[in-house]
Amino acid sequence: MSANETSDRVAFSVGRIGAMIQRYLFLIRSSWPRMVSMFYWPTLQILIWGFIQQFLIQHSSFFAQAAGVLVGAVLLWDVMFRGQLGFSLSFFEEIWSRNMGHLLVSPLRLSEFIIALMVMSSIRTLIAVIPAAIIAYLIFDFSILNLGIMLGAFLFSLLMFGWAVGLVVSGLALRYGQSAEELAWALLFLLAPIAAVYYPVSILPNWLEPIAFAFPLAHVFEGLRAITMEGHIEWGHLVWSFGLNAVYIGLGVAVFLYFFEQARERGMLLQLGE
Amino acid sequence: MHEERAFSVVNNIEPTNGYAIAVSGLRKVFGTVAAVDGISFDVARGSTTALLGGNGAGKTTTISMLLGLIKPTTGDIHVLGVDMRRARHKALARMNFESPYVDLPKRLTVRENLRVYGRLYGVKNLPARIAELADELALGEFLDRPAGTLSAGQKTRVGLAKAFINKPELLLLDEPTASLDPDTADWVRQHFSNYKKQSGATILLASHNMTEVERLADNVIMMNKGRIVDQGSPRALITRYGRENLEEVFIDIARDRRKPSREEEGAAVDELLSINPSEEAAQ
Repeated sequence: MSANETSDRVAFSVGRIGAMIQRYLFLIRSSWPRMVSMFYWPTLQILIWGFIQQFLIQHSSFFAQAAGVLVGAVLLWDVMFRGQLGFSLSFFEEIWSRNMGHLLVSPLRLSEFIIALMVMSSIRTLIAVIPAAIIAYLIFDFSILNLGIMLGAFLFSLLMFGWAVGLVVSGLALRYGQSAEELAWALLFLLAPIAAVYYPVSILPNWLEPIAFAFPLAHVFEGLRAITMEGHIEWGHLVWSFGLNAVYIGLGVAVFLYFFEQARERGMLLQLGE
Repeated sequence: MHEERAFSVVNNIEPTNGYAIAVSGLRKVFGTVAAVDGISFDVARGSTTALLGGNGAGKTTTISMLLGLIKPTTGDIHVLGVDMRRARHKALARMNFESPYVDLPKRLTVRENLRVYGRLYGVKNLPARIAELADELALGEFLDRPAGTLSAGQKTRVGLAKAFINKPELLLLDEPTASLDPDTADWVRQHFSNYKKQSGATILLASHNMTEVERLADNVIMMNKGRIVDQGSPRALITRYGRENLEEVFIDIARDRRKPSREEEGAAVDELLSINPSEEAAQ
């Protein structure tokens, strides 16, 4: 047996990750409707919720004291939703274009593919959210930068959870084909009622509160409210959100790999997109 | 291990440096159906071997298992000296694959596709390699057009460029000329021949196309219902079956009209001899 046969270690390649990122950037550049669709909904969302907030400020002392809480929540929810979509839809591009077979027989490793999807998710999220953040500042006098040092932590925490969900959706697509695409749009909204985006966790029934806190979302949005309404940083929520994200990313990778092996077992990888 | 194999694809090829592919006891079961049923074969380096068989014979499943796209139920696969169950990525950088059933991203231009795949395969001096392929395969006129806007023949040329981009030592081709007109198909075959002559690469192709197989292949592995039913050079098979061409051999095998064994031939002769003239006349 040669040395080649004794080890399955092949150098992790930043070049291959770069190639995949370049592939998705070429795609975005080639299609202006794709580019517009990335920031279209976040922009509309921020306009609608921004005006609702202005109305509420005029009629509610609570909102008058907590200006920006709604707009901030909308922006951060969109970071997570776009982060998840950015991951899943980049993956779906390979299924739609029937290119998966070529990719999976190239030297690209699954870990490199997943990292490229995470980077693309971040890029697509920035493209989606930056115009909305500018509108929030210009029209509604809410600067997301007011969140200060915590902004980066919140954004990264939400992106991580978006990736975890994206991994599950992509795994389901490997196993069940394009029919799993609907989940890319719908799955996160299953968690919206307990994410505490627009209201505190304390509003939920007692039995639902521990379930809400079992996900990183409730911790991030509670942390956001602590900053915008009370002006202090809830470090506990931040630590919990990152700890939970590590667990969910691990679960997401496990689910993705499980479905990948299932697809290999059932001979479905070559037919993806047909 | 190799001595135990029922079939060996080395009878008319002198292996220059061992085997490019060594398959042993390969089996794939989907539910209750054995798509590939315990096949063993070797492909010598520098040879062109064709997997030939009807629909459902197990050709594409075999190629997919060689590439790692399908997980074998049992069996061993070594490609370019690499155990594909343990270290397939080591071999993947040295091989490539082409099939009309797998596309390249349609919205990317031909040049962009080649840049992406060139980087994935770690090609050095990529712009020069793309220029070289564009010249060899006459891609120049549509190098900056989206791949999705090309004709079938142009797409095939781009597919070839992708397959050749890393100068592979081993090319796996799944029905490479399916749905092409005869002129384009001939052009494609010529390029495979040229590439093999220039590089000494090994080619394994799955095909229904007898002309293609007779022209390209040094060896043919005939498959039916997931099993290897015969193999040899195209000329040897034609002679063995007493047929005019490979297509007639293929039909014999696809309809389970296998060449009778010596024992079966002997029994048939005995039976003929035992029939007396009056019985023959009565019949």
